[in-house]
Amino acid sequence: MTIILKVDKVTKRFGGLVAVNSFSFEIKEGAIDSIIGPNGAGKTTLFNCITGFYKADEGEIIFNDHHIRGFSPDRVTNLGISRTYQNIRLFANMTAIENILVGQHPHLKTLWIEAILKNGRFKKEEAEALKEARRLLHYVGLSGLGDHLARNLPYGAQRRLEIARAIASKPKLLLLDEPTAGMNPNESAEMMHFIRNLRDELGISVLLIEHDMRVVMGISENISVMDFGQKIAEGTPKEIQRNPRVIEAYLGRGAAAGFETQTPASAG
Amino acid sequence: MNLNWRLIIKNGLLGGIIAFYLSAIGMAETFSQRYLISTFLSTGQLFVAVGGVTAGILTARALKEDYKKSTAYIGSLLAGVFSSLPLILLIFLIQVLVIQQTGQEVIFRWRDMFVNFSPGLVAMLTFGQGLGLGIPLLILASALLAGLGATFILFPDRLRLAWLNGLIWMLGIGIFSENVTQILGQFGGRGLARFLFQQRTLNPIAAILIFAGAFAIAYFRVHKTVQNRWTGMPARQQKRGRTIGLVLGILLLISLPWMVGQFLSQALFMVGLYVMMGLGLNIVVGYAGLLDLGYVAFFAVGAYTMGILTSTGPLGQSDLSFWAVLPIAVLVGLAWGVFLGFPVLRMRGDYLAIVTLGFGEIIRILATSDWLAPFEGGPQGILHIPNPNFFGITMHQPQTMYYLVVAGSLLIAFVTIRLRESRLGRQWMAMREDEDVAEAMGINLVQTKLLAFSIGAAFSAMAGAIFAARLGNIFPHSFNLLISINALALIIVGGLGSIPGVIVGSLILVGLPELLREFTEYRLLMYGLLLIVMMLFRPEGFLPEETQKRELHADEEELAPLET
Repeated sequence: MTIILKVDKVTKRFGGLVAVNSFSFEIKEGAIDSIIGPNGAGKTTLFNCITGFYKADEGEIIFNDHHIRGFSPDRVTNLGISRTYQNIRLFANMTAIENILVGQHPHLKTLWIEAILKNGRFKKEEAEALKEARRLLHYVGLSGLGDHLARNLPYGAQRRLEIARAIASKPKLLLLDEPTAGMNPNESAEMMHFIRNLRDELGISVLLIEHDMRVVMGISENISVMDFGQKIAEGTPKEIQRNPRVIEAYLGRGAAAGFETQTPASAG
Repeated sequence: MNLNWRLIIKNGLLGGIIAFYLSAIGMAETFSQRYLISTFLSTGQLFVAVGGVTAGILTARALKEDYKKSTAYIGSLLAGVFSSLPLILLIFLIQVLVIQQTGQEVIFRWRDMFVNFSPGLVAMLTFGQGLGLGIPLLILASALLAGLGATFILFPDRLRLAWLNGLIWMLGIGIFSENVTQILGQFGGRGLARFLFQQRTLNPIAAILIFAGAFAIAYFRVHKTVQNRWTGMPARQQKRGRTIGLVLGILLLISLPWMVGQFLSQALFMVGLYVMMGLGLNIVVGYAGLLDLGYVAFFAVGAYTMGILTSTGPLGQSDLSFWAVLPIAVLVGLAWGVFLGFPVLRMRGDYLAIVTLGFGEIIRILATSDWLAPFEGGPQGILHIPNPNFFGITMHQPQTMYYLVVAGSLLIAFVTIRLRESRLGRQWMAMREDEDVAEAMGINLVQTKLLAFSIGAAFSAMAGAIFAARLGNIFPHSFNLLISINALALIIVGGLGSIPGVIVGSLILVGLPELLREFTEYRLLMYGLLLIVMMLFRPEGFLPEETQKRELHADEEELAPLET
């Protein structure tokens, strides 16, 4: 299978702090992969480097044969990478459907002059965009909530709306930053199911940052483990669970020995 | 009876301090000769009364929850008594500091510092009765005023609204008596005007009649009956009704300047001019969320473009007509929007506000400078800018220029609405909500910001060009910071992002001060007061932006499965 994203020895420094240290990994097309690691390991910084919010200091980021290191975020999005945020960042004072319409931005072509004249092309495009937005709303299970302001939606709905907004740009790769944060086990299971559907039905490759091990182990095909900006392990969920370095990174050296016997059960 | 004394004293004194302040800065006495209801109630007394009424309203509102109504009334009356204390203090201060110094040789004259501490003010506050009788009267009056304030809160809803409606109409017609007289005169209502007003103020009988009429209309819910009949009508009839309403509205808009006369037409012209600017600034601040404090720069650019290109004086560069230059001015404004937009692209929030503030000043100082004087006259400005000519009619009257700003406002409102409902409008709003996320949605921030700046600038330049053609001459000092602040304040008061809000804001902040010319001295004070009150009690503005219903208004059709 073709490789959709290749991150090659990416380094990002903030002053003296090396947040991401020569980090490399690859995602195959159609895969669901995860990056895990303790708090402050540099996972979100890596996301920000990929999406162009930060410019990586060294290394290469290759997406579909484009060298995208140093691209501005809007260019990266237009190439087909889309993301959600750890702390939900919707356009709070816009309605749900407007949020999705903004997400469709890369596919809308009419000029503002055409909007003033309200010509046929503009009307057709707007009508189609609205229809698509309603379809997406339905897809994430928010039908009927489209005219509510995003900030008035319940937490779970906001999470799903953020994903709807992210897939409105028809991305090839979706970066999800802790999509199940703050959810109970039932909601998390639902979200796992939903993410798998995204891949199976829409063919979107997914890269997750996740703390909930039940989700990570249940859904990922390949996991990279990050600690202090470096990759300390990579492999399938089974391999990662047995890896002593991973357990050490999470629980410290002392706990590592006793922990090995307990974890596999919770992985499901 | 166990009253909350702390609360009563606090609210009472608060109201009293308001009255003290309004008296001490001279508002009470300045307006004491301007009667609302002849020989009975003056505008000055109304200002002092605000204190007592406020004390009553606040107290009644606070006591309403925990006490019986009768107790709340008594509490309010007591608060009114306390509200008279600061005024009594003021009377004694004037007695001791000012009146006793009169005629004596003293080193320091208190009156030099407190110019408004006059014997006249004492006379007014004591109802001309001297201290012995006047002070008890003042206490009684304050208590009654607080009682009046309490009625606004404690009366049953229906009575309360009718009561308020009556008072508002009575005082409103009293304040605007001159304007009402004039409008009535235009319609052959001189007889009615003579009946209503004596010596240019409302006569007591007319005041009572107006109050009773407005009271009755609200009490018997005439508007509700009309509304019910309206909703009861079949759809076709409603549509016709709406068309008739629209036609009447247009007719009113057209005939307005001839109804209200020259002076008020000039006021309407200014309102329209600020509507144009407000709508433009609304795009920059309300939609795109870019706080621009130098908006006057583009107004000046438009005015100077018009001046330089059409002036018949020595500085005129061409013989182009107003109509040819108007689009040029708009384009020049657009270009300046891009030009001044570029340097501030990376700035956000406060920083942006400060830098744009600087730009506004730079433009004004450039216009004043000797360096550019050969082209645009420097401090002497540009003179002899001809009025527009419309098919042979020279538009030198405010009445005709009024049509120009109405047309301009309509055009700008139209463009604004179209843009708001387009991709660009959503880009702006997304940027306003969260710039980083907007960029992550694929939005090019540079383009989006520059479009907001330049379209807003183009509208302002259009207003500036019309302004120059109306005045006939322009000077740098006309383009000061106050214009930017006015435009910003009116969109905030009206409601950020709301088009009707801009019109309402402009009527309140530009129209009202034009009507109440005597207030000039206190204009900025009123302005600040209004803004503070708005921010405290209604921060979203008078007519806030409405969210648009898109999902449910779209035709319900079968949803096809998502394409893969």
